Amino acid sequence: MASAVHISQVSKSFGAVKALRNISFEVNEGELFGFVGPDGAGKTTLFRILTTLLIPDSGEAKVLGMDVIEDYKKIRPQLGYMPGRFSLYQDLSVEENMKFFASVFGTTIEQNYELVKPIYHMLEPFKNRLAGQLSGGMKQKLALSCALIHKPKLLLLDEPTTGVDAVSRKEFWEMLRMLKEEGITIVVSTPYMDEAKLCDRVALIDKSEILQIDSPGNLTKAFTKALYGIKHPDKYRLINVLKDYEFADSVHPFGEFIHYTDRRGSIDESGLNEYLDSKGLTEANIQSIEPDIEDLFMSLMQPEELHV
Amino acid sequence: MRTIKFLLQKEFLQIFRNKGMLPIIFVMPIIQLMVLSFAATYELKEVDFAVVDFDQSSTSRQLIERMQATGYFELYGEYTSAGQALDELDKGNVKLVLQIPVHFQRNLNAGESAPINLSIDAVDGSSAGLIQSYTSSIIADFNREKLADVQIMNAAIGNSAGNQKLITMKPVNWYNPDLDYITFMVPGILVVLVSMIGLFLSGMNIVREREIGTIEQLNVTPITKSQFMIGKLMPFWVIGMVDLLIGLSLARFGFHIPFLGSLFTILVIAGIYLILVQSLGLFISTITHTQQQAMFIAWFMMVVFILMGGLFTPVESMPGWAQDLTLGNPVAYFIRIMRMVLLKGAGWQEVYKMVFVLIGIAAGLLGISINRYKKTVS
Repeated sequence: MASAVHISQVSKSFGAVKALRNISFEVNEGELFGFVGPDGAGKTTLFRILTTLLIPDSGEAKVLGMDVIEDYKKIRPQLGYMPGRFSLYQDLSVEENMKFFASVFGTTIEQNYELVKPIYHMLEPFKNRLAGQLSGGMKQKLALSCALIHKPKLLLLDEPTTGVDAVSRKEFWEMLRMLKEEGITIVVSTPYMDEAKLCDRVALIDKSEILQIDSPGNLTKAFTKALYGIKHPDKYRLINVLKDYEFADSVHPFGEFIHYTDRRGSIDESGLNEYLDSKGLTEANIQSIEPDIEDLFMSLMQPEELHV
Repeated sequence: MRTIKFLLQKEFLQIFRNKGMLPIIFVMPIIQLMVLSFAATYELKEVDFAVVDFDQSSTSRQLIERMQATGYFELYGEYTSAGQALDELDKGNVKLVLQIPVHFQRNLNAGESAPINLSIDAVDGSSAGLIQSYTSSIIADFNREKLADVQIMNAAIGNSAGNQKLITMKPVNWYNPDLDYITFMVPGILVVLVSMIGLFLSGMNIVREREIGTIEQLNVTPITKSQFMIGKLMPFWVIGMVDLLIGLSLARFGFHIPFLGSLFTILVIAGIYLILVQSLGLFISTITHTQQQAMFIAWFMMVVFILMGGLFTPVESMPGWAQDLTLGNPVAYFIRIMRMVLLKGAGWQEVYKMVFVLIGIAAGLLGISINRYKKTVS
C-alpha cells in the first residue's frame, strides 16, 4: 500500500525546547491514523510540519509523496487541515465561511456538495448565523466542512474534539469513519485515550517522542502484566497504602478504580486483601481487568516513576 | 486574480459588518475636522482683563474702551490698586492686568512718552504671547491715532516741531491673507486622518488574523502571501482615499479652504502616501503578535510623527537636530505638500522632490515589510 505520509527522523526545536525528537512513522493511504498523547507532547508541532507551516530542523517529511519543504505549494491544495484552535472567521456566517474557503481553493460548495453533505446538512438550518455564535459542536462541524470543501486527499485534524461535548465527540468520530469510507486518509490527534480505540492505528507520543505505533488491539496486547482494578470508598488512602505495598509495581487512579499491577505478576487476590485489611481498608473490591490503551500509555510514559 | 477578488470580497464583508469600526471609519473624518479645526485654534476670544486706571482721564477711558471693542478682551473689573488687580491674576480670574499711570493723558498730549504696564499670565506661554501681541497692536493703533491728533492740534497752533511724517508698516500675509487658523490646520488634519487609516487599520487587520488564529487556516490554502497582503492592504487604501475625499469636500465646501492646486495632484500623492503608511502598518504587524502591541507601537509612531510633522508647531522653529529628524518623517512631507498644493497652488514642479522622497520611503518600507512578512510563519 502506498504511504500518504512518510516521516523519517524528523526533529524540531524552538530555541532550547525540543518539540520533536527523531520522529519516524508512516501513514498508509486510506488509513485513519491517530496520535495520542498529553498536552505538550509535540502533537501540534508535528501537525504544523505535516501541513507545511513549519520547516523541520532535520529529517525527511513527505506528504502525499511530496517533500514538505520543496513541494509545499503542490501539497497545500490537497490537504484539509483543521487546527486545534477554531480558525474560521467568527464574523462571517456559516455559508460565507464555506463559500470563502471553497473559492480560495478554486471550487464551489455545489461541486463537492456530496462529500460534505452528511456534515453540512446539519449546519444548513443555521447557514446565516455568524460562525462565532455557533456552539462548540457546531463550530467543529463547520471547521470540518470547510476543511473538506475542496475534496482533499489527506485530512489533518489537530485535536478536533478538545472542548467538545461527549455526544458531539461521538458524532464526530462517526463522521470520520464515514470519510474514511470515501477513501480519504485521515491523521488525527487527541488527548483522549478512549478515542484512540477508534483509529486503525495509533501512535503514542509523549515528551517529543513516539513511544509506540500499532493498532489499538495490538497495543493493549502489548500490555502483558496482570492488571487489577481495586475499589474502595477511601480512594486517597487506598492509593497511598497500595504504593507502600512491598510487591506493588504500578498504582494509577482510573476513575473510580485504582489500576494495580504486582511485581509477582499474577497474584492471589486474598493476599492483597489481607494486606489492605491490616491497613484498615476493609471490604476493598479487587477484580482482574483487561488493560486498555491508557494502561499501556501510563506504563510506557515514565517508567522510572512508576516503580514504587 | 480570482483569489484576490474573493479575498477583497471577504474583507469588505467583514469591514462593513463590523458595527464598531464602520461608523468610526466614516465619521472620523468629519469629527476630526470639526473638533480639531474649531477647537485647536490659536485665535484669542474674550480674554478677561483687569484695569488699574490711575489717570482717570478721557484718554485712558478711550484706551480701555478700545481694548473691549476689539472683541478679544473683556473687562473683568477696575481696581484702585495694582495689588488687588494682581491678586485676580493670581487667582486665574484674569489673564491680563493693564495699569495706566497718572498723567497718561497729559504726557501723551505733550508728545512725551506715556508708559503703560501690562502684566500677563504666562503659565500658557503661547496664549501669553498672543495676548501680548494683540494688546500691543491695539495700543500701537491707539498711539498712532493719538499722535496724529496731537500733530493736527500742533499744526493748528502752528507748531512745526511735531509735524513729522509717520512711517507705517502694513504687513500683507500671502496665501492666507487673514491668517485664518482653519485654513492652516485643515490640510494638516487631513494628513493625520489618512495616516491613521493607513497605519492603524491595515496593520491591525493582519495582526487580528494572527491573534484569532485564522491565519493558520489561510496559510494551508493555495493563497500566496502576496495575494494575502494585497487583499489586506487594498480595502483600507480605498477607504483611506474615500475618507480623504470626504475630508477634502468638507474642507472645500464646509470650511471654504482655498483649492488653488489640482485635486488630481493631491489624490495621486495621497495614494503614494497611503501605500507608505500601510507598509509601515504591515511592518508593525510583522513584529507584533497581538492587536494591543500593534496598536501601542502605531500610536507611539503616530504621536512622534504628528508632533514633529509641523502640524501644530512649524518645523522651522525646531532645534536643528529635530529638523534633521523630520527629513525622515513622511507626515511632515505630506503636510507640507498638502499646504503647498491647496493653499499656494503648487504644482508638480514645486513638490516633485518631496514626492520622490515619499516614493523612496514607501518602496523601502514595503520591501522590508514584505521581506519580513514572508519569513514569519503563521
